[in-house]
Amino acid sequence: MIFRTVLLLFLAGTAWAVEPDEVLDDAALESRAREISKGLRCMICRNESIDESDAALARDLRLLVRERIANGESDEEVVAFVVERYGEYVLLNPRRDGINLVLWAAAPILLLAGLVAAGTFLVRRRRSAKPDALTAVEKARLAELMDE
Amino acid sequence: MIVEIGHFALILALAVACLQTVLPIVGAHKRWNAWMAVAEPAALIQAGLLAVAFAALTYAFVTSDFSVRLVTANSHTLKPTIYKVSGVWGNHEGSMLLWCFILAFFGALVAVFGGNLPDGLRARVLGVQASIGVAFLSFLIFTSNPFVRLDVPPMNGRDLNPLLQDPGLAFHPPFLYLGYVGLSMSFSFAVAALIEGRVDAAWGRWVRPWTLLAWLTLTVGIALGSWWAYYELGWGGFWFWDPVENASFMPWLISVALLHSAIVVEKREALKSWTLLLAILAFGFSLIGAFIVRSGVLTSVHAFANDPERGVYLLALTGIFMGGALLLFAMRASAIQSVGVFGTVSRESALVLNNVLLAVAALVVFVGTVWPLVAELAFTRKVSVGPPFFDASFTPFFMALAVILPFGAVMPWKRARAGRTVRAVWLAAVCAFGIAAFIWAIGTGQTMLGPVGALLGSWVILGAVADLWARTGQRHSGRLRRAIRLPRSDWGRVVAHAGLGITMIGISLLLAWEVEDIRIAREGEAFHAGRYELTLASVNKVQGPNYHSTMAEVRVARNGREVAVLRPERRIYPVAGVPTTEAAIDNGVFRDVYLVIGDPQDGGGWALRTYIKPFANWIWAGAIIMALGGALSLSDRRFRVAAGARRQTMHVAAK
Repeated sequence: MIFRTVLLLFLAGTAWAVEPDEVLDDAALESRAREISKGLRCMICRNESIDESDAALARDLRLLVRERIANGESDEEVVAFVVERYGEYVLLNPRRDGINLVLWAAAPILLLAGLVAAGTFLVRRRRSAKPDALTAVEKARLAELMDE
Repeated sequence: MIVEIGHFALILALAVACLQTVLPIVGAHKRWNAWMAVAEPAALIQAGLLAVAFAALTYAFVTSDFSVRLVTANSHTLKPTIYKVSGVWGNHEGSMLLWCFILAFFGALVAVFGGNLPDGLRARVLGVQASIGVAFLSFLIFTSNPFVRLDVPPMNGRDLNPLLQDPGLAFHPPFLYLGYVGLSMSFSFAVAALIEGRVDAAWGRWVRPWTLLAWLTLTVGIALGSWWAYYELGWGGFWFWDPVENASFMPWLISVALLHSAIVVEKREALKSWTLLLAILAFGFSLIGAFIVRSGVLTSVHAFANDPERGVYLLALTGIFMGGALLLFAMRASAIQSVGVFGTVSRESALVLNNVLLAVAALVVFVGTVWPLVAELAFTRKVSVGPPFFDASFTPFFMALAVILPFGAVMPWKRARAGRTVRAVWLAAVCAFGIAAFIWAIGTGQTMLGPVGALLGSWVILGAVADLWARTGQRHSGRLRRAIRLPRSDWGRVVAHAGLGITMIGISLLLAWEVEDIRIAREGEAFHAGRYELTLASVNKVQGPNYHSTMAEVRVARNGREVAVLRPERRIYPVAGVPTTEAAIDNGVFRDVYLVIGDPQDGGGWALRTYIKPFANWIWAGAIIMALGGALSLSDRRFRVAAGARRQTMHVAAK
């Protein structure tokens, strides 16, 4: 977080995220624009979406998104256009294709592996859970105690 | 002169740490008591020397000694004293000095309170702890020495980043470091136990308070950072899945798992090797976190390549400690036998499931955090992994944890009966569903996030109440008296679990019900946001101690009655030449009114943003309550009894 603030230092212009003059009049279009903006990275910031960012570049992108929405493009078309222009790096939600499938599959696969490991462990414990037979020394001691 | 004393003390501390690493470990191996006995005084001396070094650096900051390079780069005479002090750790060199000091401080605590430990174990723990000290002290001295002087001192300093001049952030790093470094204690105990090849219930009891202490300070540190982001960054975000945040979150997750598995070791002598592994991994993630934050490798691969010295050193350090500990683990873990047996339905099993979920969640965060680096280096694909991925991949783990938590908490050790467990918590479940239905009804037409979060959160809180109820027996008469007499660790568990529920409710309701209003407002203009009527009364120029400010005055009313007068600011710090926003927040139990003033507009008026943030404070309140639960548990009698035993032996020895 400290680093993000350090970066803010260099980028801080006079703008602060979505400005009133950017907002579209149509509330439905505006909320679509906000949703799209939240998934697009501000290219010169550190891990900030263009919706949160104060950078001038982020403002340009926000205006671009709104312009294209106002022209009647669908959400997918707008995103596709931005990706074509800036590359896949702009997507905060990584695509589910190619090697990225490893990333997306990580959670379910790791969970499955964890559960299988824990399951095997529990089953094996249950099998070995029967108390060990007494050793000869213990048996002798037990007999001794029983005699008393 | 004082700076030189600090510098000298720092170098001496490294020498002491070297001795403290070698002598006690060799001594413990050869059973030479005199060599082992070096550990305790060495630990105390090392901590003392680092305290001197830290005090000397603080002195340089407070007196604005600009002949010290670090002070020039990070301080200014006009800065308020508190931020001169916090400037000590508001930079790389100073924060690493704080890191080393805390490391030695924990070692000293073991020397003071570890009287009940067997001599061999104590010597080894302190030796391992000192070896970490050697690594970090040499890193500090050779790559980032805070005491370097300037040939020509300037008249004044370059000022601390204004965003860091804030009470929330001033105390965020020390808590975080107490947590990160506190986990080194669990690591040292684990490695010492592996060297000895012995782990028993007593080991579980010794290691637990250190883990608890580290976990609770880490919790406070993360909460402080999140709270700071909320009010300082100007739009009320509280968690960003930023690599630097993830760096603190991964050790937190693993330390939660460790806390729970160490209970199993202590009470039931089971899960021993798993607990050792967690203790190693928890500190491992702290080291990885230090690497991520300090090397900046995830910010920019290029920045890292340009100045690789620090990053490479930290990476090597992480590799050596993790590699060494894991190798030792692989060699010795089979020698450590768990003896406790338990049925498939039992508290032990529930805790195993808890551990699986937490450990996997931490790994998922890790994968997401390093994925951009892996994808770029190995597959030449430049991708971002942002909040949408983490929200989707991480949230299910905490939902699952919330579902099983109340069941696990009321289950007995060894063997539980499903019927009896359900009987203990059914009422809590019914009430939680009732609350969720209520939330769903008043938030009609909105996402299911609110109701689901409220369901799980209240289920965890009410489950904690049910836990307390079950713990106080069947009869109603005298229940309160029995509740008060419950061990503090029981109270700690109940309180910490309830805190988790409170945080979950806060997060989900905030995200579900937030209201945002962005507009241009002229002075005197009134408008509505949510159920509130706001009036921009005036906008004035104000002069602060080291900044200029544009301060608005906004009256907030509800149903015609004034609730608050808020004064959001825009500040400019002329020395650093940086603007900051100071949001004005009216804090409430059920909502925050959050105001930010923006630029003056060309046609007159000001950009003004208003947010109504429901249940925002529950997020941090829950975290603080969790930490409080940890503190209650830490004060449990069984840890104090152990300390008392030490006093007794000292008494005997004195005779």
